[in-house]
Amino acid sequence: MCLAVPGKIINISGDTPLNRMGKIDFSGISKEISLAYLPESKLDDYVIVHAGFAISIIDQQEAQETLNTIQALDNFEADL
Amino acid sequence: MKFVSEYRDPETAKKLLTAIQSITTQPWNIMEVCGGQTHSIIKHGIDQLLPEQINLIHGPGCPVCVTPLQYIDKALAIAKQAGVIFCSFGDMLRVPGSEQDLLSLKASGADVRIVYSPLDALKLAQENPDHEVVFFGVGFETTAPTVALAVHQAKQLQLENFSVLACHVRVPPVMNALLGSEDNTVQGFLGAGHVCTIMGYHEYLPITEQYKIPIVITGFEPVDILQGLYLCIKQLEQGRAEVENQYSRVVTQQGNHPAQQLLQQVFSIVDQQWRGLGEIPQSGLALSEDYANWNAENRFSLASIKTQEPRNCRSGDILKGLLKPDACAEFGKTCTPEHPLGATMVSSEGACAAYYRYRARA
Repeated sequence: MCLAVPGKIINISGDTPLNRMGKIDFSGISKEISLAYLPESKLDDYVIVHAGFAISIIDQQEAQETLNTIQALDNFEADL
Repeated sequence: MKFVSEYRDPETAKKLLTAIQSITTQPWNIMEVCGGQTHSIIKHGIDQLLPEQINLIHGPGCPVCVTPLQYIDKALAIAKQAGVIFCSFGDMLRVPGSEQDLLSLKASGADVRIVYSPLDALKLAQENPDHEVVFFGVGFETTAPTVALAVHQAKQLQLENFSVLACHVRVPPVMNALLGSEDNTVQGFLGAGHVCTIMGYHEYLPITEQYKIPIVITGFEPVDILQGLYLCIKQLEQGRAEVENQYSRVVTQQGNHPAQQLLQQVFSIVDQQWRGLGEIPQSGLALSEDYANWNAENRFSLASIKTQEPRNCRSGDILKGLLKPDACAEFGKTCTPEHPLGATMVSSEGACAAYYRYRARA
């Protein structure tokens, strides 16, 4: 049930923080999503969406670092 | 899709599997808490690719599975009433109540609707002022804030025909309860990534400290889960017990503050019954006094409900990780997704349903 999917903010509307809505593009399908919980979000941010709400901005640097860490695993035995 | 496909890459997954194989020297029992992770593990066959010493225990993190039968019966009693539009996430509709389920009630004419978001139910209430619109609020800390905003907006709009049947649960108390029980075999946890997206992970620090158990906050794609397992096994092999964050592209230690704030404002922490597990202290979220007017339990008369748990269903043992689904005598025989005995077979995230879908006919 805690399923959440990434998408990109392509439009923002709404006048108060709790009414702030964003149009989110999920690789071709777009949907109006509440941005109430991400007051700092802006156009072109990638966000994680759950049950009609954006709940986190994806940190692109962290995303890349996670993958880099795995690529560097060849030296894993030395770690132990 | 960006931020999805790279975490499903087979070569990256292989690299992690090799790493796991080379660091594993003894048996370890690791529990993935979240039903979404269970689904991903069984779907991708991750448990079958791991070294034999690694035993994955499927945890109680499927809200559909742990919602007490009494709440299903309450939902049915409300949905039956004339003039009610009863809204729910789709996966609650097939959970059998004592006598029937919401889907069969819908088939017999009740106005039961599947919604994507609690805000859709709120909109229905605005569009249907002559109807009582009730939302079935089920889910962990990931979902509870979405319900919190709907209730908060209903209060602001003075929308009197909207209410919520709330049965929200919290993850850290159930982890504490599992670790404190005599029959616990869990030695490490994969923490639920999207629960932590909201709550952060400071709540888990006391748990690692008290029980000396590693907790790795983990995402949902195969590469996420394999990396979470790698980090957890590495801690176990090195004798460390720390909270680590594999899902750092999404989860921060402090979590989502605006969501936590509204959660705190709209809900109070209460003791809560879990299906199959019993009452767990401080594990539930109930609408607070300020929002009592939007609590469906105050609006509808529900006192006469008699709840009867099905016999033969061992979902409690499944949820505690004491029994694997395919070791249950009823699995695939008297209990199938079409005719489930209990909730772990109903929900697509339930361990029994995942085994049935991806294993039973293999």
